[in-house]
Amino acid sequence: MSWWSSPASDTQVTHGDRFWLYVVASVIMLLLVLPTFIVIPMSFSDSQYLEFPPENWSSRWYEVYFGSTKWMRATATSVQVGIITMLVATPLGTMAAYALFVSGHRATRALFLFLITPMIVPVILIAIGVFYAYGRAGLNNTITGLVLAHTAMAIPLVMIVITASLRSYDLNQERVARSLGATRVKAFFLITLPQIRFSVITAALLSFLTSFDEVIIAIFVSGGVNATLTKHMFSALRDFIDPTIAAISTIMVLVSTVLLLMTQFIGAREK
Amino acid sequence: MTAIGIEKTGQSEAPLHAEELHRQQAREQWTLLGLAVPALIIVCLIILIPVGWLFYLSFVGNDGELSLQHYAKMVQYKSYARVFATTFQVSVLTTGICILIGYPLSYFLALLPPRWVGFFMLAVLLPFWTSLLVRTYAWLVLLQKNGLLNDFAMQVGLWDTPVKLVHNMTGTLIGMAHIMLPFLVLPLYNAMKKIDRDLMYAAGNLGASPVSAFWRVYFPLSLPGMVAGSLIVFVLCLGFYVTPAVLGGGRVIMVATQITAILENQFDWGAASALGVVLLIATMLFLYIAGRLFKFDAALFGKN
Repeated sequence: MSWWSSPASDTQVTHGDRFWLYVVASVIMLLLVLPTFIVIPMSFSDSQYLEFPPENWSSRWYEVYFGSTKWMRATATSVQVGIITMLVATPLGTMAAYALFVSGHRATRALFLFLITPMIVPVILIAIGVFYAYGRAGLNNTITGLVLAHTAMAIPLVMIVITASLRSYDLNQERVARSLGATRVKAFFLITLPQIRFSVITAALLSFLTSFDEVIIAIFVSGGVNATLTKHMFSALRDFIDPTIAAISTIMVLVSTVLLLMTQFIGAREK
Repeated sequence: MTAIGIEKTGQSEAPLHAEELHRQQAREQWTLLGLAVPALIIVCLIILIPVGWLFYLSFVGNDGELSLQHYAKMVQYKSYARVFATTFQVSVLTTGICILIGYPLSYFLALLPPRWVGFFMLAVLLPFWTSLLVRTYAWLVLLQKNGLLNDFAMQVGLWDTPVKLVHNMTGTLIGMAHIMLPFLVLPLYNAMKKIDRDLMYAAGNLGASPVSAFWRVYFPLSLPGMVAGSLIVFVLCLGFYVTPAVLGGGRVIMVATQITAILENQFDWGAASALGVVLLIATMLFLYIAGRLFKFDAALFGKN
């Protein structure tokens, strides 16, 4: 019996009957993935114009990027803000998720909903609100201001990832440790944290990426020497198309692909 | 004698113990909640206070007195009506495209044997993890006049002269649908995975053809997931900024674009805030409906 006429499930449906679905799904998946990767060949084009496929290959746009003070400065800002955001949001989000999950207090649900509002409120509203408030507080165009705002955006993601992993974790293990004399803090660091560590790493990578890729808040509250990569990219896209963007995009695609594959690998380890 | 004595003290101390235990438990709960305080402070500083401030500003007139003039303008001026209409149109169309494309894809993923899901899921997760700006830029390149899509279509013979695909509604919709698709596929896939396959076998056993079993059993059961995913997409579209601003080329003015335009050109915080408040209320309303249709709690929250 060939694959074509073999049953696709326990019903009478065969792979042949379902072939149209496989074709449609494959086309959709290619359409989802390919457009992103188009930036890679584009970035090696020798031309000013965005011709595809490029006639001549060169690395000139990478040279422009690595040779430009503006782009290097912006990249440094984005990486710096991303790393600090990750270092702040991961512990804060983990603490909050743990607290709300373990305490069993009546207010937990309301607090959880409040803590995930950064995901719910339209980002444009957060951006202009923060811009206005920072104007009063003198935090516009500062690293501190940007980190604070990005931390608020990353906390809900950290909480969702950590809460999900706590749900599949048996908290009784912590109780056992405490009944054997460990303090709550010791029980958490010795028993719980090692078992949810892969989720904590995933949450950290997500917070970095949230900050690194964030555009709208950065457009408003970052500027001057502390303007982010995304802010410069956005203005470049709106005004004229600079092929340097293709080189930067390629680097960004590589960064997110590597981070995603890392989480997938970690997820597989966790199971 | 001793037995009676123990019983007596036991009786009299029982309420005391209970009270002390209760107090201890309450104290422990509060200490634990203390761990959430730093996160709560940051969310207060970045969301509650700024958005609350804008809420207040939206009710302050240009003369500094409390007034509803910013909201009144929205009703009076035709330009606002156009912005709302465009926002609604783009959001509905994007959601529609996402359903048409996302349903077969989710169905395909839900039918896959478990060991293949991880691999094919990458197709959904990879765009999800890639910067929005990069994806918007990629579409800008693909859709331009002498871009890949126009070249391909002319070679195949779909059209003879290059068609304007970007800096207009078409480009905006293509880009938005690409960015929003994962937000529909992920909840829909999860809802489909929860459908009991035995129901399909039962339907087949009772004489339904595969097609009729799909439409009469599977599809209705997948509807809550589809509606929830669609509402998420719809709500995200309402407040979207980057893609319409870049791919719309100034021709697709949505609420978020209008808010920035008001701030950049007129520096009118009241008008911008009022528009933001309307956007927030619309968002909350649709999310509330989505919440009623689909138990997000189960997905987001610890309680089973």
